[in-house]
Amino acid sequence: MNKRSTGRICLTLFVLLGLSACGPIEPWVKPYERDRLADPIMALDGDAVSVSYIQHVYEAREGARGGEGGAGGGCGCN
Amino acid sequence: MILRRLTSIALLLALAGNAFAGVLPDDRTDLLYHLYDGGGVEIDGPSVLVRKKVGKSVSLVGNYYVDMISSASIDVVTTASPYTEERTQWSLGADYLHGNTTMSVNYVSSVESDYDASTYSFSVSQDMFGDLTTLTLSYALGDDIVRRSDDPAFMRDLDKQNYSIGITQILTKNLIAQLNFETLTEEGFLNNPYRSVRYADSGSALGYSFEPELYPNTRTSNAVGMRARYFLPYRAAVEGEYRYFIDTWDIESHTGSLSYIHPWRDLTFTGKFRYHSQTGAHFYSDLFSRSEATNFRGRDKEISALTSYTFMLQAAYEFLSDDGNDWGFIKKAKVTGSLNLLHIDYDEFSDLRALEPIGSEPLYKLDADIFQIFFTFWY
Repeated sequence: MNKRSTGRICLTLFVLLGLSACGPIEPWVKPYERDRLADPIMALDGDAVSVSYIQHVYEAREGARGGEGGAGGGCGCN
Repeated sequence: MILRRLTSIALLLALAGNAFAGVLPDDRTDLLYHLYDGGGVEIDGPSVLVRKKVGKSVSLVGNYYVDMISSASIDVVTTASPYTEERTQWSLGADYLHGNTTMSVNYVSSVESDYDASTYSFSVSQDMFGDLTTLTLSYALGDDIVRRSDDPAFMRDLDKQNYSIGITQILTKNLIAQLNFETLTEEGFLNNPYRSVRYADSGSALGYSFEPELYPNTRTSNAVGMRARYFLPYRAAVEGEYRYFIDTWDIESHTGSLSYIHPWRDLTFTGKFRYHSQTGAHFYSDLFSRSEATNFRGRDKEISALTSYTFMLQAAYEFLSDDGNDWGFIKKAKVTGSLNLLHIDYDEFSDLRALEPIGSEPLYKLDADIFQIFFTFWY
């Protein structure tokens, strides 16, 4: 994966973003069906202060970094 | 100068809580104590994170973090002297919510006696498709200054740029997934000014001597990570995660983990196993054939071929529930403790403490205990 392929991915995502404005896409999981996703046990990075610390340890001890996302928990449905 | 890679932390702090852009993160304060103990290195200190909304559209976040380091690592024991050091890091950030879009800015500053780092980051998150999809684009710029504690005149620059794209997707009413791409470019002084490489030297009693390492002054890395979390038929969850990494130094890695989260009354237990395997940098060698044998040379065990295993156990206790309590403005609180047991096998990094003849030194292994305890208050 190089800068060019990253650029293609960016372009694809921007096109998707643009298409989302063209017409409504029917959500296949209704808001009232998201109670399980709203449960705190489904939060992907519920505790940022702890997650950033442990990622920091791995980056200091290993040669790889990134790609783990910074997005945090919940599903925005509460 | 131990912990210096801040860019991804800046991104994490900038993005934390923004998986779904249409909602600002909860107001909360975390008070954390961390302890790393392994391989002759002990690092501990506090971390305090405060997040608070201002009005309906803005959320501010601040973090203060300290590493107190006492090091007699194998690198220090074999080529230098044990030392103590302190690293202080603070960050400030803001999220602005407008419709289904969240814009975030963040600044991180880290100061050590011989290393200063400043990182600026910006990200935009957009909710789409009935809030089933969140797209996040991020950029971070790092501006570091590397010094030597034994040479006041020594000062080198290191610039970093980080590009990241992430998608969080609700797939079913029980399944959520995330896909991230991240590119990091670095240009400047990338090696550790204190570390040395080993080369064969027949004039030495040991048969080898040391000379300063010399890294390339550029590095570009790409990483793609994916993970999914599934709500089990009973109230529990499992998460699988995989990351592929490759860079221009020929380090290639695969990282995978599996987690299980199980709540019981006011407690939540989490167990996790993580596996990481990487190849070494093309300029890495445990023993060079002679002095200045190659244009670039390094013997940092972190860029050598290695395999690491981590077992993690975590327990969280919610001692204050959001169901009408008498703690004033505090709605909910919990305390969390976790222990990570890290083991690393190095494939090409010899343990020179054994003072064995060249070629018969045992390979080095690292065991570390990583402990965290933190209190969280929501308000």
